[in-house]
Amino acid sequence: MLLQLKNIKKSFGKVEVLKGITFSLDEGMILGLIGENGAGKSTMMNLLGGIFPPTAGEMFLNGETYLPNSPIAAQSKGVAFIHQELNLFPNLSIAENLFINQFPKKRFFGVSRIDKKTINVKAKELLGQVGLTMDPNKKVEELSPAPRQLVEIAKALGANPKIIIFDEPTTSLSHHEAKKLFELIKKLKAQGIAMIYISHNLDDVLKLVDSVAILRDGELVRMDEKKSFDIQTMVKEMVGREMLEFFPGRMKKIGKKVLEVENLTAKGFIKDVTFHIKKQEVVGFYGLVGAGRSEMVRVLYGLDRFDSGSIVWKGELIDKTNPVLSIQRGIAFLTEDRIEEGLLTRMNIQKNAQLAALGHFTKGLLHRINRFEAKEKVKEKVYATKTKYENLTEQLVSTLSGGNQQKIVLAKWLLTDPELLILDEPTKGIDIGAKREIYGLINNLVENGSSVLMISSELEELMGLCDRIIVMSKGKITASFDKSQFERNTILEVALHKQTAIL
Amino acid sequence: MIESTANKLLGKSENTTVYVCVLYYFIMAIFVPGFFTIHNSWNLLFNLLPLLIVAIGQTYVMLGAGIDLSVTSIVAMTSIIGGYCLSDITAFIEPVWLRIVFSLGAMLLTGALIGLINGVSVAKLGMPAFMVTLTTMMLFSGTAIWLTRSQNSYMLPESFVNMPYTSLWFIPLPLLIGLVVVGIAYFLLNNTLYGEWLPSVGMNSKTAAISGVKVQSTTIWSYIICGCCAAVASILYTARLETGSPVMGQHILLDVIGSVVIGGTSLFGGVGKIQWTVIGAVFIIMLDNSLNLMGMSYFLIMIIKGLVILLAAMMNLLKEGKY
Repeated sequence: MLLQLKNIKKSFGKVEVLKGITFSLDEGMILGLIGENGAGKSTMMNLLGGIFPPTAGEMFLNGETYLPNSPIAAQSKGVAFIHQELNLFPNLSIAENLFINQFPKKRFFGVSRIDKKTINVKAKELLGQVGLTMDPNKKVEELSPAPRQLVEIAKALGANPKIIIFDEPTTSLSHHEAKKLFELIKKLKAQGIAMIYISHNLDDVLKLVDSVAILRDGELVRMDEKKSFDIQTMVKEMVGREMLEFFPGRMKKIGKKVLEVENLTAKGFIKDVTFHIKKQEVVGFYGLVGAGRSEMVRVLYGLDRFDSGSIVWKGELIDKTNPVLSIQRGIAFLTEDRIEEGLLTRMNIQKNAQLAALGHFTKGLLHRINRFEAKEKVKEKVYATKTKYENLTEQLVSTLSGGNQQKIVLAKWLLTDPELLILDEPTKGIDIGAKREIYGLINNLVENGSSVLMISSELEELMGLCDRIIVMSKGKITASFDKSQFERNTILEVALHKQTAIL
Repeated sequence: MIESTANKLLGKSENTTVYVCVLYYFIMAIFVPGFFTIHNSWNLLFNLLPLLIVAIGQTYVMLGAGIDLSVTSIVAMTSIIGGYCLSDITAFIEPVWLRIVFSLGAMLLTGALIGLINGVSVAKLGMPAFMVTLTTMMLFSGTAIWLTRSQNSYMLPESFVNMPYTSLWFIPLPLLIGLVVVGIAYFLLNNTLYGEWLPSVGMNSKTAAISGVKVQSTTIWSYIICGCCAAVASILYTARLETGSPVMGQHILLDVIGSVVIGGTSLFGGVGKIQWTVIGAVFIIMLDNSLNLMGMSYFLIMIIKGLVILLAAMMNLLKEGKY
């Protein structure tokens, strides 16, 4: 047994992300690790990669205790990690990237300096192993994604790894390039290297691996040999429990169209996106990370430009759009990145909550602020969102928990009285209780006459809240489901399984 | 009671600066002869006012996560414009007060214009504030000297050069001007939409933009305000020295930035108050004045002031939890 994990647990604050994981890995074995976003895959791999230590439990490598305190320590023990976002320095050459952790040195009159000759020879050797015939002195920025991936693997091989972890390695590769990567993986397997392969692309997983491990909500729900799985059973295990009663019902009285988007195209991000949203309707957008959903709503809100197509808001063609205009029109946008784009972390709760609606509380030529009114209104909304806080004007928003921070951002947008609320991953990284409260707020808003466009990577959430789910892939809309057609396996299959077919 | 009022007025963490300031004042009053005299107190006040006014403008820029190194050149540039407008050339304009109003208006306009150039370069063209204002500092300092061929303009109208010694309602005019500037700056920052927008832009311009804040114009206005403040300070300097000089204010940059930093305005933008900068400026002026009275050389004073400001910057980071 090469690698063994015993009852590994990991918590961030009060949130338990891994709830006791036990599994083992043999030499030359490829393990496919699958699970929905937030199931705990990345956390587990970060533990193995030495990014942070587990809260409880033991790890063994070759029978010895394995507890790396840094990525470099993990690498020297023989665990290499190929990240989803490649960790190469584009401004350096291939050879420099390969040896960035440890340059071979030679001494010249006692002064140590980098041994360029050895680097070149060794670099060629490593590149040969992954089937790259390139000048090692070429800058990485000149390479396209596929060779970059190979360079990354070559870099990992340089440290003589026993285990290589791949995190979504094919997302930026073409079909043909992915095939070549799989050949390489099989070759490495023959050399006795064990691999953990993380992917959303279930077809690839089935093609490549020996065993499949399925994570759900921080638990390893099933680990078995490949032959006992097919796509349907994998999807079923990934999604798991019935959760529909978790979502409060809502009075249905969908009205006429408020937003019509036609052939919206932003080069390199989205192509020919056409859909509409009706009054008091909740429309969900599902797809893989990078499918263009966030990019699409950023264009809608006026943060990014579009090249062609049209946006009609309440019967009027919009030719100019920016956040200021959007807020005036009654469109609000809760972004995915709470810290970077949603909060002013070093300011108090009041200032955060009032920011977007400040115009409502000012009067006169100098835009004098009515502090009393602002405070009362914020108090009202913060109360409605059930945020737990101590003091509105003294407490910094950064001292709140993730869920409460998100509620403050939501309160900020509710204060603008939006007619269309755009939500990008509104429940990402927050606990179940806060999630349920946010669902309640969304339903309330819709019952009071607003519409909601919601992006989420949690399909259950969309199925529970939405009247319609639109699936995006590679910047295009690939399918649309009405509430009566909601069937999680079908939707998942369109988003995951058909991914390769669309290519 | 006094403490709680002070707490309300100043917030909490920044009390240390006030205490240090008061303590320093008493120690100097006891141990440095000549510090605690009426003459020196006036001296302190008149040195403080123009510096404070420039520092208040700087506070606005730094709140927006920028920096304006060109303030000294704005002081110089507006000083020669004022000197030119007030000199014999405009003698035909009657009465004299109209001449003065016209000249002061020209000074303010010049300050605002340089601020506009800074602001547009930073906000619209996206250049780093440090680079832009370092360049405009050189540009306008050079222009001021080149335009005047390094000549000062004297011959300013009597009623203008008497301004520092004139009183209105028993308050010396410079003090009145200082109080008005502090008052306006405080009001704008604490009671208006702009006062909410500026720190939000400084703290996180992405969040601000998404929340409907007009980020670019907010930033541009902060530089315009800074330019106007420097122009007002230049009026005080020009009147007191009775000359329009192209090297006016060339040594005050460290004191200006020092006042803001010692006051406690964040080096990363988003957090800062007018009243903090007032305290910072008071401290810098006291430090400068007391060291002078102790008979230290200019260079030694520079060294000490530099160290104190560096320490203040470190405390600033400590407060933000950067260590």
